[in-house]
Amino acid sequence: MLAAATAPAQAPTAQRRRAIGEVLLAVENISLRFGGVRALSGVSFDIRKGEIRAIIGPNGAGKSSMLNVINGFYHPQEGRIVWKGEARPRMRPHEAAKGGIARTFQNIALFKGMSTLDNIMTGRILKMRASFLEQAFWIGRGRSEELRERAFVERIIDFLEIQHIRHTPVGKLPYGLQKRVEFARALAMEPELLLLDEPMAGMNLEEKEDMCRFILDVNEEFGTTVALIEHDMSVVMDISDRVVVLDYGRLLADGTPDQVRNDPAVIEAYLGVAHG
Amino acid sequence: MIYRETGQFRTSYAEDQAIFRLRQDRAGIAVILAVAWIGIPLLADDYLLRAILVPFLILAVAAIGLNLLLGYCGQISLGTGAFMAIGAYAAYNLALRLPGLPLLLDFFLAGLVAAGIGVLFGLPSVRIKGLYLAVATLAAQFFADWAFLRVGWFTNYTPSGSVTAPPLDIFGWLIDTPLEKYWLCLAFACLTAILAKNLVRSRIGRSWMAIRDMDIAAEIIGIRPTTAKLSAFAVSSFVAGGAGVLWAFVHLGSWEPLAFSIDMSFRLLFMVIIGGMGSILGSFLGAAFITVLPIFLNQAPAMVGIQLSTAMVSHLEFMIFGALIVLFLIWEPHGLARLWQIGKEKMRLWPFPY
Amino acid sequence: MAELGPVLEVLLGGLMSGVLYSLVALGFVLIFKASGVFNFAQGAMVLFAALSLVRLAEWLPFPLALLVTVLIMIAVAWTVERLVLRPLVGQHGLILFMATIGVTFFLDGFGQTIWGSNVYQLDLGIPSTPWFLFESLFPGGILVSPVDVFATVIAGSLVLALSIFFHGTRIGRALRAVADDHQAAQSVGIPLNQIWLIVWSTAGIVALVAGMAWGSKLGVQFSLSLVALKALPVLILGGLTSIPGAIVGGLVVGAGEKLAELYIGPLIGGGIEYWFAYVLALAVLLVRPQGLFGEKIIERV
Repeated sequence: MLAAATAPAQAPTAQRRRAIGEVLLAVENISLRFGGVRALSGVSFDIRKGEIRAIIGPNGAGKSSMLNVINGFYHPQEGRIVWKGEARPRMRPHEAAKGGIARTFQNIALFKGMSTLDNIMTGRILKMRASFLEQAFWIGRGRSEELRERAFVERIIDFLEIQHIRHTPVGKLPYGLQKRVEFARALAMEPELLLLDEPMAGMNLEEKEDMCRFILDVNEEFGTTVALIEHDMSVVMDISDRVVVLDYGRLLADGTPDQVRNDPAVIEAYLGVAHG
Repeated sequence: MIYRETGQFRTSYAEDQAIFRLRQDRAGIAVILAVAWIGIPLLADDYLLRAILVPFLILAVAAIGLNLLLGYCGQISLGTGAFMAIGAYAAYNLALRLPGLPLLLDFFLAGLVAAGIGVLFGLPSVRIKGLYLAVATLAAQFFADWAFLRVGWFTNYTPSGSVTAPPLDIFGWLIDTPLEKYWLCLAFACLTAILAKNLVRSRIGRSWMAIRDMDIAAEIIGIRPTTAKLSAFAVSSFVAGGAGVLWAFVHLGSWEPLAFSIDMSFRLLFMVIIGGMGSILGSFLGAAFITVLPIFLNQAPAMVGIQLSTAMVSHLEFMIFGALIVLFLIWEPHGLARLWQIGKEKMRLWPFPY
Repeated sequence: MAELGPVLEVLLGGLMSGVLYSLVALGFVLIFKASGVFNFAQGAMVLFAALSLVRLAEWLPFPLALLVTVLIMIAVAWTVERLVLRPLVGQHGLILFMATIGVTFFLDGFGQTIWGSNVYQLDLGIPSTPWFLFESLFPGGILVSPVDVFATVIAGSLVLALSIFFHGTRIGRALRAVADDHQAAQSVGIPLNQIWLIVWSTAGIVALVAGMAWGSKLGVQFSLSLVALKALPVLILGGLTSIPGAIVGGLVVGAGEKLAELYIGPLIGGGIEYWFAYVLALAVLLVRPQGLFGEKIIERV
């Protein structure tokens, strides 16, 4: 089973065929400061429907800050985020979620006291409509929604192969599985845009390959747009369609993996760092 | 009957989501309910009903109220006593000023009043966290203590400050014997437990737990922190308010503001910590423990021939509560409920633990 | 102008009881700054210290009793730190807070078990007849209790001493480093455990001073433990991490509640003192969650 699992990830990217559509999200001239520290200065790029977009750069380049701006944790001093053609000033994270943006965190942000199943079920909260009384008395939609969403969540559990840890409190899971559960929770939201902050950090090779496969599958089967931060260059070059390079909060390069790989500015920034 | 899940296959998600998944658990709860509803009334004397079981059941309800807020939503409250008082005085005033109001409706409305005021004092939770919130809820406690003592309107200007509940008349059934009171409290306790259990296994409960475990992550999956926290305050205060009505109307009969002082709030906090944060069963276990321990301390030394003064017993009680709180927080933050669960797990594997 | 005298008297009285609140709040701030624990047991430590002192002084010369009490408080602080907080390091602040509530109950029960639970008079040799100040300015002068004056002086010196300790000594610098960032402090070789012991001991001694001041005013009894409940809003007002905040917060609460009682009390039935501090703190929380002097909490994601 494991051998089969690793195979697709190693397949060359060129074989994947998906339709990349119009601009889903545009980052326009974003500047973000914390006190006197400039985290981002005048960054612009866009994310197109259906693509896998990587954001790379050395530590402290502002990658996570960029994701935090996109889903509303930080509000930039300048610039704007245009989501599906509409500027969303001072959007809160829960509003971003409602709009169809899901994300995972660099240092896992799961609900440690809850089981795997309950964690993933929280991803369905926005899809549930039962009234307070229906929930309290476990009648009508209170009951039927729980069953319906449970069935949906079970499909994700099957897809990510985490059936065996369904009822385990996530605090007790090993790191790699926790990352997978967090990914599952984000998937459960059926997002249009999935933001992944270092989804493979701290994983061993096998887990990385599994994760790559999951990301590609999600992208291909559900057409979910993915924006990911990743340090492992081979992963980035393999799975992404376009790459944004940030350095010291500025945009250094933007293009296909091949373009970025051969960009002199990028080579200079990475020279000696010897990534990938 | 061996406690084992072998051979019991859950073939639908509905079965997997049931509160009691195992046949043995279902049998167990049936036995407990039978004992509570039929066995105890046959065997217990008036003292046991009046002095132990009725207060235990009411405190268990109040503890469920606090547990929803603290154990499930992670918002601390040191003012549960205040919300009980608000329920009690609201029910008193509603009954007084709207004669002919059915008693159950009176209880319900009093709960709503407590819920409303709970939300009001929960508002700071939107901006502040943990420790600061303790102060906000203490403010509720002190303000309520003061208001019911000093503002004459609430007590209908009775010179002594003590008020008396109207007779308990539910659709013509006059509840006045200890047994009837016990049944009434038992009914409320069962109802509260079921509704609370349903809530915590539904969307609303999950959003509370999400806020408790990691509020930042809760926000990114679309939970509005304000709604989640305030709904927890509302439901918790509603339940606490209801427990307050029962405490005043059923247990005490007539009462003074002192009945709902900060002592009560701390006692409830201890029930939740010792019983188990985030467990409905734990609320019952904690309430039982905190109700029984003082009685035990009063009587046990005398049985082995040691005479302790009342003051000494109360100091001992303080020390034991304090030490237990610390011990449970260090070793088993999920309290007695978790110990019970561990016991059951062991039993499931017994006699082959590996 | 005829009414100014009594108002000033109330104000002065309020400020001086405010100093006493500050004293208790100071103990909170010390521990919170250095170990991030909101030590609800500070009030119980005040009671325990005062009880120990008053009972020891019954059969020891006062200075010796004081010394022994200091040692006892250090032992108590050390035990609490070692047995309760050390095993809970890294836990959620709420858990730590609840653990200190447990400690509060234990200490209250324990103290009264070994020392007794009557009301004991703590006689520090201060005259109990009130002084009248400014008799030439106001008819009848302003009535001031010498005990209050004594407490104010003690509190003032303590604050001064702590400020010097915090800013002038090597230990003080280490303390501030720990307060800023535990891990960074540890990595430059500051022994965390030692620092925490010092802080807890200092808090124990602050509790003793507060216990002496309150005890000589009210008598040493269980209600001293409840003083902690008054210090909480003071703390919120001033900001959890600020020593000047604790002082100013105490003064504002002390003066505010007395003046409120004077002006608003008669309108709504009196007893405002009971909740004034809390409602004030609540109002401040809504406007400025970090308190008047607290550092703004920046949340990193």
